Amino acid sequence: MSEALAELKGVSRVYQKGKERVEVLHELDLSIPDGDFVAIMGPSGSGKTTLLNLLGGLDKPSGGTVSVGGAELSSMSNSQLSNWRSSHVGFVFQFYNLLPVLSAQKNVELPLLLTNFSGKERAERAAIALDIVGLADRAKHLPRELSGGEEQRVAIARAIVSDPNLLLCDEPTGDLDRATADEILKLLQILNREHGKTIVMVTHDAQAAEYATRTLHVDKGKLESKAAA
Amino acid sequence: MKYFGLIWRNLWRKKIRTSLTILSVLVAFLLFTLLNAIGQAFNTGGAMTGAERLVVLDKISLINFLPLSYKNRIAAIPGVAVVSQLSWFGGYYQDPKKQFPQFPVVPDEYFAMYPELVLPAEQLEAWKKNRTGAVIGKELAELYDLKIGDRIPIQSTIFSTKDGSRTWEFDIEGIFDTTDPKGGTAVLLLRHDYFAEANSFGDGFVGWYTLRLEDGADPVAVANAIDMEFANSANETETSTEAAFAASFAKQFGNIALIVMLILGAVFFTLLLVAGNTMSQSVRERIAELAVLKTVGFRDGTVLGIVLTESIVIMLIGGVLGLALGWVLAQGVAAEMAAFIPGITVSPQIILTGFALMLGAGILAGVFPALKAMRLTIVDALARG
Repeated sequence: MSEALAELKGVSRVYQKGKERVEVLHELDLSIPDGDFVAIMGPSGSGKTTLLNLLGGLDKPSGGTVSVGGAELSSMSNSQLSNWRSSHVGFVFQFYNLLPVLSAQKNVELPLLLTNFSGKERAERAAIALDIVGLADRAKHLPRELSGGEEQRVAIARAIVSDPNLLLCDEPTGDLDRATADEILKLLQILNREHGKTIVMVTHDAQAAEYATRTLHVDKGKLESKAAA
Repeated sequence: MKYFGLIWRNLWRKKIRTSLTILSVLVAFLLFTLLNAIGQAFNTGGAMTGAERLVVLDKISLINFLPLSYKNRIAAIPGVAVVSQLSWFGGYYQDPKKQFPQFPVVPDEYFAMYPELVLPAEQLEAWKKNRTGAVIGKELAELYDLKIGDRIPIQSTIFSTKDGSRTWEFDIEGIFDTTDPKGGTAVLLLRHDYFAEANSFGDGFVGWYTLRLEDGADPVAVANAIDMEFANSANETETSTEAAFAASFAKQFGNIALIVMLILGAVFFTLLLVAGNTMSQSVRERIAELAVLKTVGFRDGTVLGIVLTESIVIMLIGGVLGLALGWVLAQGVAAEMAAFIPGITVSPQIILTGFALMLGAGILAGVFPALKAMRLTIVDALARG
């Protein structure tokens, strides 16, 4: 395995709920090598999604440092984080989160609106991303005209269209049947093995975790690690 | 511009809601255009306004008469070149709802006072030879299909003849036009000498005087001199410019500007509520989508701009349609009411103000939803979505 792409050192995340102080992550250390495919498992409320949000620059730690690809996320402003996310990380959500008013192609093009690419270049790159996920022929379809699996493929195409190193997937198969889930997981595996994407996937599904190279267990804001089968 | 496709598709996410909102914007701007076009016609006083002319009125009220004897005293005041007398006859032809101005005047004086009015010399001469003659403006002739030689009855709502009749008959001896492109000619002029002799009120009074200043004369000094001349008399005067006179005349119908402002104020207040509600609903419905935009790298300011632009685009679509429809209707209203309220027109000022209002209303209606969208935190918004 190569050098670390992402490193969390002594990371804590505390939320204030009224007068109550809730510590979701407690002095957590984690190193994710470049090219890794990590599954993160754990019970509800254990801090999995919070960990993912910190890795993606969607949230800031209450203590400790988060660095990804040499960038120190914990010290960036919101605006700097926005810029960083647009080119360094792709997100895949459980419920796809496609914009219903846009076609598959236009959904995939969304992150490219933040670049200086022309309309033609954006369309070309979106077409390539859709081709990688096997949906080249569905480019003009609206999300409501696609199946759940197809919607998730479009979401994956959107996540990779700006060619980020890191893909963060939050329960990517949580809303899919077994067969479709396996197709999506195989696709993620291909992106990891053939395209070199580093993937961090939060899941409740032990079968899904088997597609990863290793599985981390988070419980009560702390991390345990064991190799995948 | 590259976000326009996204903005446009978001606008039409709820087609009926957006269409109804645009319709309400359209109606608001239609009213804005039409009422301002009419209000402006009142405020400019229509035809024959000019800075080189002054009007002398009774100080108490426009409806009070002034003695005819004032005429020579006004003419003697330094700086006064020509004096002309006018009175409001207050009549109608055929349809009482379609009133137009009629003035008893002295023919030579009147046309000397208003050189922009063009009446052929032979027609003026013919009028001067016929005491019951009258001349009419081209617009009036076209409106009622009148021609020289016609004899028309005018019903006066103010003056009766000595035999008690309110019907006055006039022979049309001439038709005048104007060289002033903004000037209205829906007017009938009758002879003052005939009016003074035939009306049951008697002789020796006029409605007001119009005077033209000598070159270089100071209007303020002349106006003050005239008002001083008649100070402490039974009929004190108030001398003003023609524009001010036109404005005070219009106020007989009420404070048109205030009425227009109040109506439009209510309309636009309602519009802001409707459009603001549309934008708020639109943002509430897509909290998760806005969070996704931020997740993929859209900055807070960009998200604010996108929502604000949606609001402005709604205003622009409805506003431009409303302005266009208002312009078309104003043409119709102007043609229909040319005799009574000349000068109804959608001026460039109305159009520019309209566009400024579209932008302002768009920003006002969209600013709070846009700020809400901007302030969304991704983690919370994704959890809520």
